Amino acid sequence: MPNTPSPLTVLLVDDEPLARTRLRELLSDIAINLPNSVAGEAGNGLEALEFLKTTPVDVVLADIRMPGMDGIEFAGHLGVLVDPPAVVFATAYDNYAVQAFDLNAIDYLLKPVRTQRLLAALQKVRGAQRPSGETLTAIGREMRGGGRSHLSCHERGKLLLVPVAEILYFKADLKYVTARTREREYILDEALTHLEQEFAERFLRLHRAVLVARDALAGFERAAGDEADAYGWALVRGVPDRLPVSRRQWAVARALATGG
Amino acid sequence: MIRQIQAVHPLPDWRNLGVVLRVLLGGNVLALAAALVQSPDLRGWPWRFVEFAALVEPVLLLTLGVVAGIRDLLWKMPPRAAQFVVVAVAACLAALQSDLWNWLGLTSGTFLDALRAALLAAAAAILLLFYFTLRLRAISPSMSEARLSALNARIRPHFLFNSLNAVLSLIRAEPRRAEEALESLSDLFRAALRDPAERVPLSDEIALARQYLDLERLRLGERLRILWEVADVPLDEAIPPLMLQPLLENAVYHGIEPRPEGGTVAISFSRKRDELVIIIANPSGGSSHVRGNHMAVANIRERLALYYDLEARLDIEEGPENYRVLIHLPCRTHPHP
Repeated sequence: MPNTPSPLTVLLVDDEPLARTRLRELLSDIAINLPNSVAGEAGNGLEALEFLKTTPVDVVLADIRMPGMDGIEFAGHLGVLVDPPAVVFATAYDNYAVQAFDLNAIDYLLKPVRTQRLLAALQKVRGAQRPSGETLTAIGREMRGGGRSHLSCHERGKLLLVPVAEILYFKADLKYVTARTREREYILDEALTHLEQEFAERFLRLHRAVLVARDALAGFERAAGDEADAYGWALVRGVPDRLPVSRRQWAVARALATGG
Repeated sequence: MIRQIQAVHPLPDWRNLGVVLRVLLGGNVLALAAALVQSPDLRGWPWRFVEFAALVEPVLLLTLGVVAGIRDLLWKMPPRAAQFVVVAVAACLAALQSDLWNWLGLTSGTFLDALRAALLAAAAAILLLFYFTLRLRAISPSMSEARLSALNARIRPHFLFNSLNAVLSLIRAEPRRAEEALESLSDLFRAALRDPAERVPLSDEIALARQYLDLERLRLGERLRILWEVADVPLDEAIPPLMLQPLLENAVYHGIEPRPEGGTVAISFSRKRDELVIIIANPSGGSSHVRGNHMAVANIRERLALYYDLEARLDIEEGPENYRVLIHLPCRTHPHP
């Protein structure tokens, strides 16, 4: 026997307390074969990300369907961390997600979880390849029938989460996409076209480089002179900014704003 | 017992609003057709119909009144005999009416005219009975389809596996609670596998709903709060089985589970005159999984239509804060033979 490495540290993420209890029991059952220790528990993706900010772990066992932030979105945000943990998903019954996992060779556990299955998943978890953020975004969107609840942003080595519901508009500059909330701006590692697709119900394209939240639109102004890039301007509720509107989007945006 | 006879009996429930409306409509359509045949040109058609209506309407209403009165008696008779009785009632009333008209001096008919009226009424009655028999045959397959789709829509696999998972985690620490949970789970599945054509007492439905919510409480803990309000309702009223559970499952799945802080599911039963009103309310889920929701509601609407025709209804009230399902059921105390 080679000298034993330090035990595998595990974070349990499930919104049902009894489901977490069950995983704890199973982990202690397999401790002889695979030394492990439970570093903590969390009730949803947001709590789990909060936990990981202070306590890095080796593996996260994450339920898929959770309130606040589901397991798929949670795993997508992990990519921003410096040393992200491996993730093993658990689900009671999510046909779509299970098919997508099989298709993308992502390992998962079916609840009720079996001891042997958990052991096998944890044994190969360190070498496994991480699913890409895009794959996870696509699976999550299909499963929940909508976009993510938060966008992640990496700032001075820290992970910041921006609730999508608070974003007033996205603006693409030469290098970055920024998201504006009432309080401040965030620099995101996202493409504007992807955001437009993912949040089509919530955001409206005003311009090649601008998406605005439909419910944040306060009014419109025609451009006075012959400004090169804007046919008109859109006013945004709650912030003093004016957003350029292209000639092509002018009629669409105005119709939407007045017609409801 | 009555209900089982009704399942195979070709005679409809004469006290059902939908049946009454269909009979009235059918009688008048026949009168309309007869008027068209008799009238010399199209302009005379409406007048002819008005003349006929004066003769047809009283017989139609009286016949309906009589057969509604002896509905339970008819159901106990063999089908052919019962059908014969209905036809005879219509024929006799038509003949009597013709006689009465003569006696009042409104018409001057003979015995043969009364016979003619009786024959016409009998023919119309036979046609309508034939229609109800055909309709019953058309409905029976959809009854079994509704049963299948109901079974599919009823208990979500998501709920089953999560509950089993919760029970597994109780076994070591709290074996007693695990036992109780498994008992509830088996009751729930027994109810789901029951013949949906049978009715169950309201009290059974309420007990089942409680067991279901207990299981959900096991999983969700403090996040699920439940408010029961059972006013003075007839607990032995027979209602279609497993009607509440799918709606409660929706309430939990869409209203409670997507909210980290949870919420309250409120269930109330009350009686408004001859109606039993059931209201299930939950917080509006901010999330977008609505797909399964409409299926369960559509499913229960369909079953209500099969059981009660037009007499029951299911309404949805969707507010920014709350989502409410309102069910109105006709409430009758059945004479138990």
